[in-house]
Amino acid sequence: MGLVTFLLRRLIAAVPAVGALVVATFVIMRVLPGDPAVFFSSSPVPTAEETAYVRQKLGLDRSLPEQLLIYLKDIGSADLGMSFTTGRPVLTELKERLPASLELAISALLLALAVSIPLGVAAAIWSGSPLDHIARVVSSIGVSMPTFVTGLILTYVFFLWLGLAPEPVDRIDMFITAPPRVTGFLLIDSTLSGDWIALRSAAARLVLPSVTMAIFVLSPLTRMTRSAMLGVLSSDFVRTARAMGLSDRTVYVRYALRNALLPVLTTVGIVFSTMLGSNVLVERVFGWPGIGSFALNALVASDYAPVQGFVLLMGLLMVAINLAIDVAYGLADPRARRMS
Amino acid sequence: MRHISALVSHTRRMIAHNWVSLAAITIVTFLAFIAVVGPLMTAYDPYVTDLANVFSPPGKLHWFGTDQLGRDVLSRVVASARIDLSVAICAVAASFTVGVGIGGLAGYFGGSFDLWTSRIAEMVQVFPLFVLAMALVAALGNDLRNVVLATAIVNLPFYIRLARVEAGVLSTQLFVEAARAAGNGDARIISRVLLPNVMPNLMIQLSVNLGWAILNAASLSFIGLGIRPPTAEWGIMVAEGATQAMAGHWWLIVFPGFALALAVFAFNLLGDALRDMFDIHSR
Repeated sequence: MGLVTFLLRRLIAAVPAVGALVVATFVIMRVLPGDPAVFFSSSPVPTAEETAYVRQKLGLDRSLPEQLLIYLKDIGSADLGMSFTTGRPVLTELKERLPASLELAISALLLALAVSIPLGVAAAIWSGSPLDHIARVVSSIGVSMPTFVTGLILTYVFFLWLGLAPEPVDRIDMFITAPPRVTGFLLIDSTLSGDWIALRSAAARLVLPSVTMAIFVLSPLTRMTRSAMLGVLSSDFVRTARAMGLSDRTVYVRYALRNALLPVLTTVGIVFSTMLGSNVLVERVFGWPGIGSFALNALVASDYAPVQGFVLLMGLLMVAINLAIDVAYGLADPRARRMS
Repeated sequence: MRHISALVSHTRRMIAHNWVSLAAITIVTFLAFIAVVGPLMTAYDPYVTDLANVFSPPGKLHWFGTDQLGRDVLSRVVASARIDLSVAICAVAASFTVGVGIGGLAGYFGGSFDLWTSRIAEMVQVFPLFVLAMALVAALGNDLRNVVLATAIVNLPFYIRLARVEAGVLSTQLFVEAARAAGNGDARIISRVLLPNVMPNLMIQLSVNLGWAILNAASLSFIGLGIRPPTAEWGIMVAEGATQAMAGHWWLIVFPGFALALAVFAFNLLGDALRDMFDIHSR
């Protein structure tokens, strides 16, 4: 199968998932206790006329299939409703806050990969050694630590006790002007504008939350790297490479690791999903202005339009990430293209 | 009878050789003990406030200190074990029974039922599970029963997929064919031939899942969903302690936090131990 056909087929295969997701968020909204018209009104304590008006406007007086069509139309025209706690459109809020969450999740993922891949490779090369056991125990402890506990303890030690970390509020020091918004990723925006003070402040605030999140996902990544590496190391082509007298370094890095990284790539999808989930907790602990804390505040205030938008966005993100991973897999390994 | 005694001796041998299994079984037994009889042994009522004695650091009278209302942290940590373990056990038991039922049937009979269930399970699994649990609790209503329900629903796809794959692979094996050729019906093949063979993998999943379910319940109550204050529960204790801890009262987050981590760790470790124990290749 050619590359273009492969990409197209993958893209089409994602369509039902998106459709199911939209219907699922609709169902979740309909199951919500109470009267959605009250929830979707602009004021917390709406009058009877206002409720009736909103009900009519939202089409809540029509049949369910009709309502689903209205919902689809709204999503099609990028209307996710209003948040009554902030008084702004949900879409605007999500758009503004998504980069904060992604910046956190991506830096945590990169950090976790930077630790777990070498650790997993070493554990596989010296399997059964003390190093292997230590890697296993450390990553098992990491995955058992609730992110909110890790985050609070890290804050206690590094902010309160040692005074090394900045206070766990927001993404940048409140006395520093944020760089002009280009991508919304503070690290990138401040680099683009050459604002090194902002870059430093943003990076410092990113450290503890991303370490917290990275610790949590170390285990699946290390385990996958180790077992993939073990599998590759016992394969014929590695034995041949060794027999040909290639150096250990070449065998391990160029022959074994390259092949072992593919299964790790698949694990990254699962790991990213875990991270987006724990984002809610980490953002809460570190006062991070991302989509997780936005959805949580809305949820506590029974403001359901943002929650619905958040769930939809999370699902779309995961569909996109899985698609990207599939494509990357297909690019790296032509055999994967044939199988799908 | 014979294979039970074989299992016992095998287990004994594994434990002697493997400190991981020993540690896992010890911690899980300890936690179960704490959950069942712990509340009878603590010196204080976990809900009685003592305003003359707020924020006393860990010491002789209060081993884990007291909180902002003067409640004994140790008693509260112990009382939490019962709640969090019960929630996890109920949720996992529910998703295990339903999931294995659906998945097993799908794998055994195949067809369009199989196609649909595995499609749906796949789609649910793509989703960040914690977000899904959050949305479900919010949608179903914010109480303890719905935390159990949400945790169970979120875990369902794992069991469906696992049981489906196992049953699908096994049902084409020769010994299953032989059982069928010997005139056994579907019900008998499923209960006597397939189920005992899928159990090892399911038990591993069950153990790891228990840890995850505890984490999930505590995380939900940390963000204010499900179990409510003043209930003594690890997630709530950490959430309440979070504000106080930054004034230097570290024991309010460290003890409940570590208790929670220990419980999750124990079940993860037990999963590892079971994996070693059942792994035919290492026998």
